[in-house]
Order: sequence, then structure tokens, then C-alpha cells
Amino acid sequence: MLYLLGYIARRFSQMLILLVGISIVSFAIMHIAPGNPVDLMTDRLATAEEKARIATLYGFDQPIPVQYIRWASQVIQGNFGRSFVTGEKVLDMIAARLPATLFLNFLTLIIIYALSIPIGIISAIKQYSWFDHVVTFYAFLGQSMPQFWLALLLLFYVGLRFPFIQTAGMSSYGVTVATEGLWAVLVDRSRYLILPLTVVTFSNLASITRYMRASMLDVINQDYVRTAKAKGLAPKIVILKHAFRNALLPLVTMMGFELPILFSGSVIIETIFAWPGVGLLSWNAVMQRDYQVIMAFNLLGASMMVLGSFLADMLYLVVDPRIKYN
Amino acid sequence: MDARLMPKEETYAQMVWRRFRHHKLAMISLGVLIVLYSMAILAPWVTPYHYDHMDFDKISQPPSLEHWFGTDRIGADLFSRVIWGSRISLSVGFAAAGIALVLGTVIGAISGYYGGVIDDILMRFTEIVASFPTMFLLLTVIAVLPRSVMNIMIVIGATSWPGLARLVRGQFLSLREQDYVEAARAIGATNTRIVFKHILLNTMAPIIVNASLRIGGAILTESGLSFLGLGVTTPPSWGTILNGGRPLLRSAPWITTIPGIFIFVTVLAFNYVGDGLRDALDPRATK
Repeated sequence: MLYLLGYIARRFSQMLILLVGISIVSFAIMHIAPGNPVDLMTDRLATAEEKARIATLYGFDQPIPVQYIRWASQVIQGNFGRSFVTGEKVLDMIAARLPATLFLNFLTLIIIYALSIPIGIISAIKQYSWFDHVVTFYAFLGQSMPQFWLALLLLFYVGLRFPFIQTAGMSSYGVTVATEGLWAVLVDRSRYLILPLTVVTFSNLASITRYMRASMLDVINQDYVRTAKAKGLAPKIVILKHAFRNALLPLVTMMGFELPILFSGSVIIETIFAWPGVGLLSWNAVMQRDYQVIMAFNLLGASMMVLGSFLADMLYLVVDPRIKYN
Repeated sequence: MDARLMPKEETYAQMVWRRFRHHKLAMISLGVLIVLYSMAILAPWVTPYHYDHMDFDKISQPPSLEHWFGTDRIGADLFSRVIWGSRISLSVGFAAAGIALVLGTVIGAISGYYGGVIDDILMRFTEIVASFPTMFLLLTVIAVLPRSVMNIMIVIGATSWPGLARLVRGQFLSLREQDYVEAARAIGATNTRIVFKHILLNTMAPIIVNASLRIGGAILTESGLSFLGLGVTTPPSWGTILNGGRPLLRSAPWITTIPGIFIFVTVLAFNYVGDGLRDALDPRATK
């Protein structure tokens, strides 16, 4: 038990170190880069005095470490500052876009798991069958196909041929549950969802399926599965009761890694389908050099990843009693 | 004894090549890559036009005998642009993977060989780099840097080494405890000699496989950046050509379709070659 607590404490302190490092890198990228935020906020005709005043106002005249400390101490309190472009609070901007991204990612995740678990298992049980070969071939396709290309092909060869399918945005103006009823809303949203959902699912299904297959193969070759077979249990029982449940273990820890994926909007998908999520927001921020927003995206994205892998490790402790703490 | 009766000694390279040949898709892929790279090198001789040659009388024409891949919106021959463009896409893939290879191997090797505090520091650093959302980090950096092929190569390479560093570190950690390394140390081999001759040589197999897959990955990443309009234009990379066809998706779909096929096939080929190498280099496989 003491070992366990020690492990968790060590893992937690490692995470804190990483978060500090991440905040330094997020800050440094924007401040070491050429060009400065004062030029962004003033027009070409601004005099040197006006620029100096703005620099003082926002603290850009301070040494970089001082600026970092100021920024970091605000961030710890949950204040990511305001956008230099729109003047809005950065967190409000992100919060406004998050539902669209979460909606798309959550549905994708459900579909991916619903498909990849049975596909992975069947291809492991029937290793080297034609089914397994097709799945393996598909995995290579999915990993090699440029997502944006697939999106454009679907847009042209499918989206533009069927009037039911919408190719930009995520909902029609004025279609809400209050005005048109639930059914109309469901139909409306699925018209917009169909293409982005297909593209994201297609390109991400491969890796989870491969993972599930490998995990199942690993379990099938274990001694206890052989024992179960040898003592004459029906193959179905062996697969479902002995193998399947243990093959799912690594997948449970994958849930930790899904956390950052759930919150991150794909810049490519969201720009192609004009999906109003965080990916589109982050892309606009990059194009406008919106310092505060870019720093927030890098910091939050990386922090999510660190939190996610911490979570994955903790889940592993819970699920797998064999794990050693060191 | 008569030399003809002796079994022929097979070198390691011969054995790898013999095994690699069994992987049909990997062999086909290797052939495809050789053709693509030869075309890229011979671009001035195999293309009928220069990449920025324009002909306003022949705007957005579909593929024909004269223009195999059709023309784009300024009447440039798409076949010529795609072949010229392969120089950018293919070299970015190689260079970025090369940079990642060197960074990942050096950092992973130092970390795994010395262990202790050095290992702790390097691994935390690796984790920091690995935790950033790659695409967004790339966009952030590329958007503020001057646009050049060199910068794109460096940035992709500099963000894609952590996976390899971890892999190499793991190999070093286990190999440095092996008896033969201990023996080498006992007879007074220097650190450099042990690292390069005894350990690195034995981790080459996973490194080579990883590098091959990484080239494909880097090509895919570069094409994504170019697609978003952050790529190089002279000559245009495949992603840039594809991006240029977006406004004409309805009227001239071949401008987006064809460069995409090239990206897709190239990345697929690298993945299959990587798979073939994995099978061929795996010492546990017995064939």
C-alpha cells in the first residue's frame, strides 16, 4: 500500500514538473518568435511614443522572464487574458467553440469503439483469414490516406451529389427543438455530421482496431486460455469469458489518452467543413497571430495530454493487479 | 575439402534482403518508390513543361493525351507540376525523418546509457515535447517563421523525435546490462566504442523500421501544412498543388484528386516498406 502511495505521489510530482515545462515552452514559442505583439495592435502610422505606451500598458517592455511570471501567475488563477484581436476573454472564446468539437469527437469516439472492438477481436481469432487480411489492408490505407484529401473527395463525389448532405457548418439557422421539434433537429444535425464524422472515423478507426487485435492475440496465446481450451470448455465461452475481458484491459487505459483527443479540434476537418469548433478557432488565431489565444491552445492542449497519460496510469493501477510500482 | 561442397555463407544483409523479398507488397512498394524518386530526380527531362509554365488558352482542362493530368486554373500542366512537386514532398520526408532520427537516437542513447539524473532530465524534456498537440505546434511555429523548405523540414523533424527517443532509450537500458557489454567494458573498451559498436549496432533494426515509417509520416504532415496554405510554392509541393485546386473542386476535381493520389501512394509505400523491413530484420522470426 505504501509503495502504491509512493508511486502515485512520484507520478503526480512528475506531472507538475511537466506542466511547468509545458507552460515555459508555450510562452517561449510566442515570445522568441520574430515580430512583436505591439505591431499587431497598432497600425502602420502609429508613432514610437504610441507604441511605447501600448508596450508599457501590456507589460511588453518588461524582461521576458518577468512577463512569463506575470502570465503564468494569471494562468494558474484560470485567467488566460484577452484576445488582442477581438478583446474577448480567451477562455470564453474557447468555451463558446468547445460544444461543437466535443459533439463531433464524442460521436466519433463511440462509433470507433463500437466498430473497432468487434473487428479487432474477430481478426485476432481468425488470424490470417481473409477477414484479417482485409482488416490489415484497411489499417494501412487508413494510416496512409491524407485526411484532407479523403474529405475533399467525399465532398465532391458524395456531398455535392446528394442534396440531403450539407457540406459546411453544423446546423441550419432557426432549426431548434423549440421551433421545429426534436425529430427535425436530429435530421438537420445528421445532414451536417455525416461527412466530417465519416472522415474522422475512417482515418482513426485503423489504429484502435490494430490495437484491439494485438491485445486479443496477446491474450489468446496466454497459458490460462490454453488451459481453458484444454479442459474442454466451449470455444465461445473461452473467447467471451476468458479472453475477451482481459483483452479489454489495455483498452480501458486508452480512455486516459482519449481525453486530450476529445477536446482537440482538428484544424483540417473543421476548416474544410466549416465546423465551428476549437480547431477552426485555433487556426484563425494562428493566422491572426493572436498571442494569448495561441499560448492558451498550446498550454491547454499539452496539459490535457499530460493529464490524460496520468489518468491512463492510474486506470491501469485499478484495472491490472499485476502492475509493479516503480 | 572441395570448396563447392561447403555451404555458402550468407551475410546479414543477404539474409535481410532474402526475407524482405518474400513480402510482396513491400517489394511492389519499393519499386513504386524507386520510380517516384527517379522521376523526381529526372524532373527536368521527364516533364514536358516547367512547373510554372502557364498557358491561358488552356485553363482548367481535364486530363487528355496532351496534358496527362489536365491543367490548372492558370493553364499549367498538372503532370509537370506534380513531378516537380515530388522533389519537395519526397525530400521533405527524407530530411525531416533524418533530423528526427538523429535527435531521437542521440537523446535516447544518452538517456538510456547514462541513466540517473541525465536520464530523468532528458526524459522529462522528451515528454514535454511529446505532449504538445503536434499539428497545432507546427502551425504555430511555421506561421511565425520565414516560409522555406528548410524551415519546414527542421520543424517537422524537431517535433517528431520523442517516440524514437523512447524506443532507443528502452533498447539501451536493456542492452547495457547484457553480459557481452560487461565483457567489453572489462577488457577496457571506451564508452564511445561500447555505445557505437556494441549497443547502437544492435538497436539498428527497430531504428530503421521506425525511420521508414517516419518518412511516410513526415510526407503526410508536410502535405497537411501545405494544404492549409503554409507550404512552399516554388516548386509547389503536392499539398500546395492540391490546395490550389480547392476553389475549383466542382469544375476541375482532378487538380485536387491527382496530387492526393501521389501523397497517398507514397505514404502507403513507405508504410509497407517499413512493414517488410520489420519482418525481415526481426531476429526472432525464423524464415
